[in-house]
Amino acid sequence: MGAETNSTRPRTIDIVNAGMAKRHAAEWRFRLYGKLAIAAAMLFLIFMFSSIIYKGHSAFVQTFIGLDITLNPEKLGLGNHPDKKALAAANYSGLVKSTLRDMFPDVTKRKDKRKLYKIVSTGASYQLADLVKSNPDLIGTQIKIWVPADDEIDMLMKGYIDRDLPESDRRVNDQQIAWIDELASQNRLENRFNVGFFTNGDSRDAELAGILAALSGSFFTLIVTLLLAFPLAVATAIYLEEFAPKNRWTDLIEVNINNLAAVPSIVFGLLGLALFINWFQFPRSAPLVGGLVLTLMTLPTIIISSRAALKMVPNAIRDAALAIGASKIQMIRHHVLPLALPGMLTGTIIGMAQALGESAPLLMIGMVAFIVDVPTSVVDPSTVLPVQIFLWADSPERAFVEKTSGAIMVLLMFLVAMNTIAVIVRKKLERRW
Amino acid sequence: MLTWPFLSGDSMQPTTLLLVLIVMAFIAYQLGMRRSLAVVGGKATQLHSLPSYHGSFVALVAFIPAFLVFAVWQGFEETVVTHIVISDLPAEIVAQEQGSISLVVSNIKNIVSGAVSASDLSPVLQQASDQYLALLAKSKAWLTAVVLMLSLAGLFAAWRAVNKDARTRNWVEKVILVFLIASSSIAVLTTLGIILSVLFESVRFFGQVPFADFMFGTTWSPQTALRSDQVGSSGSFGAIPLFVGTLLISFIAMVVAVPIGLMSAIYLSEYATPRVRSIVKPLLEILAGIPTVVYGFFAALTVAPLIRGVGANIGLDVASESALAAGLVMGIMIIPFISSLSDDVINAVPQAMRDGAYALGATQSETLRKVVLPAALPGVIAGILLGVSRAIGETMIVVMAAGLAANLTLNPLDAVTTVTVQIVTLLTGDQEFDSAKTLAAFALGLMLFVSTLILNIIALYVVRKYREEISV
Repeated sequence: MGAETNSTRPRTIDIVNAGMAKRHAAEWRFRLYGKLAIAAAMLFLIFMFSSIIYKGHSAFVQTFIGLDITLNPEKLGLGNHPDKKALAAANYSGLVKSTLRDMFPDVTKRKDKRKLYKIVSTGASYQLADLVKSNPDLIGTQIKIWVPADDEIDMLMKGYIDRDLPESDRRVNDQQIAWIDELASQNRLENRFNVGFFTNGDSRDAELAGILAALSGSFFTLIVTLLLAFPLAVATAIYLEEFAPKNRWTDLIEVNINNLAAVPSIVFGLLGLALFINWFQFPRSAPLVGGLVLTLMTLPTIIISSRAALKMVPNAIRDAALAIGASKIQMIRHHVLPLALPGMLTGTIIGMAQALGESAPLLMIGMVAFIVDVPTSVVDPSTVLPVQIFLWADSPERAFVEKTSGAIMVLLMFLVAMNTIAVIVRKKLERRW
Repeated sequence: MLTWPFLSGDSMQPTTLLLVLIVMAFIAYQLGMRRSLAVVGGKATQLHSLPSYHGSFVALVAFIPAFLVFAVWQGFEETVVTHIVISDLPAEIVAQEQGSISLVVSNIKNIVSGAVSASDLSPVLQQASDQYLALLAKSKAWLTAVVLMLSLAGLFAAWRAVNKDARTRNWVEKVILVFLIASSSIAVLTTLGIILSVLFESVRFFGQVPFADFMFGTTWSPQTALRSDQVGSSGSFGAIPLFVGTLLISFIAMVVAVPIGLMSAIYLSEYATPRVRSIVKPLLEILAGIPTVVYGFFAALTVAPLIRGVGANIGLDVASESALAAGLVMGIMIIPFISSLSDDVINAVPQAMRDGAYALGATQSETLRKVVLPAALPGVIAGILLGVSRAIGETMIVVMAAGLAANLTLNPLDAVTTVTVQIVTLLTGDQEFDSAKTLAAFALGLMLFVSTLILNIIALYVVRKYREEISV
């Protein structure tokens, strides 16, 4: 290696230096791709949440119309001392209609009258009926009640229906807008918290539809799931971690659990339909069957996290217990299980959150039903919150879009709460060794 | 199954009976414990097993046999009673209902539950329903008697067996172990149940529709005629459009999910500061926790109109239920799966390999692209396979955002339908279990199960193999 060759051949360091700019640019680009990928995911998350909150925030308030109703017993079709039956059968809707007519005396044509009746929800007469039934002394007096406006009026007041559109393109006509404006000028229109959204079952009328029936159905379904899945999963985890000999059978069980965790949820629905409904003849649409299906679906999740929790318990604890004469079961019950329980609970809560958001398998077993009455047991026909969202998302009325988004917000709130509890349990109770 | 409104008779309700059994078990526990202490005069150390084991022993003997009888009886009661009632029915009633027993049974049950007044139906059915009720009441009475007797007998025998040397601990622990083994078999039973139920119905389906027609046919219109003389709706079950639609949407989803998921995993594990990582990772996991019905709603009501609007602006005709909208949103849903699995495998690549590359002068991105990623490739591929299996099996997004039209097309702007959409459509609403239409859903379910199973098995195998190799 003489000085001559050095001068004719370019030095390696020069080649490297010449490429440095390009390589650093490549480095910079690569980092940018990474940032862009994260930004894309985050942007989507923000976009989705803001679009749902934007659409759904108004579901929690609703337009109410104040009516001064004179409870005229004649108009109600009631005698002097009406009994319960007569009170239940009284003509409340007629009274609501006549009150509306009295408020707008210049409405005379039948067609216009019908338009006028339509600004008030059909639920108004039920509200009036409940009021009178619970307090019959009101009959003969004048009362002021606030009844929900029809969903189209509600949409108009919330600005979802554009007043400037030509009349034929709107669901609310000019006359109705005029009435509404007059009501507003008399302070008879109010935006109130929509209590009915949390206390009613489903309804064909958007202004009356609520999520209580779906919430109750979800509650019963989850109770069944929890009662079955938790003991079974813990037992399975204990067997596999503490007892199982290494043989083909336990290998098979392990492979199965891992596979079941990745089987599409709808397949569990098919199993539920064929096994529980067609074979065992369990009632359709019941939280009992829903809970059974969701149990099979969430078992792998809980088993896997319970096993991880058992693995975390140091062997010294086991040895110490056995050394002082505990049997294996005593060792597990008194020492290993209490130490692993927080981890198991975390896994269970996460599994339950998964079950709460699941809807596809429940469609198969008939939990996709129009449920007005709030279910009170595990065999009552019911639906669950995500399926209710699915049903409302299908409804063509504009008002149901708002309801759907509102229900989604409630569902997400529950999921956030459950996951927060899981995090707290993990942070506070779990022991690091 | 717990309480039926029409079961109110003089005998005990099933739930009450169950509660009584549980109370008896508690009493048995106390009795067993006390007796064990009594036989040794309160000196528990002289016993072979702890008093609580003696108590549990007596409680279990009092409870388990009685409960098993209870469960079996409950399970078969209705079937047996119905069978007896049916066999006593005059033949002409059965013939009158065109031989369909199930209709007769449902008529009888309607009368029993009071949903239909008997006067609308024949007196024979009224008689049958009376017999049904009488038999049920009788069965309940017998059940109560047998179960209570069994429980008492078990309690007494076990109580007598408690003494100083009784090895009740061994016995109780054996029972617990049996319970543990039984629980862990449920995973296997579930898989078996899925395979059997789906396979059984599929075999019936392929008895009506040839397998080749199903697998290779290109027209899907499952509407079968209600009457044989109806026109035009003979039903055709060629599943190719469904398979193509499913693959198209899954492909779009993976085109979105793989680059975003992989790149964010790389950035988070190699570049991001611990602070950024601790914020972004949980946010990505939120994406995995959002229920799919929410994604579906978002896809159908926000993304699809958006794409349609953009398409209209640049002169493209986009279907309102385009494959693109469903695939895009599904891709976002799958991002966290890809990113968390890739994160795992990238972190599993030994630091020595990175250090080696740095020592040769490679930049960080060169190390990642030429050393870390090739080493992690099997794991990344396994993650992608799991993502594909998710996409194929995803239901709610496509039910809400993709259409029902079985178009055989690869154009992402057209409406396509998927296997899961068709399963849901065929199985929601009223169904008769013998029609090809309903059974077709199970055949589709079989295809879905088998294909996702294969993908999962390959992925899990690759991951396991990869872990073994990388840890050496």
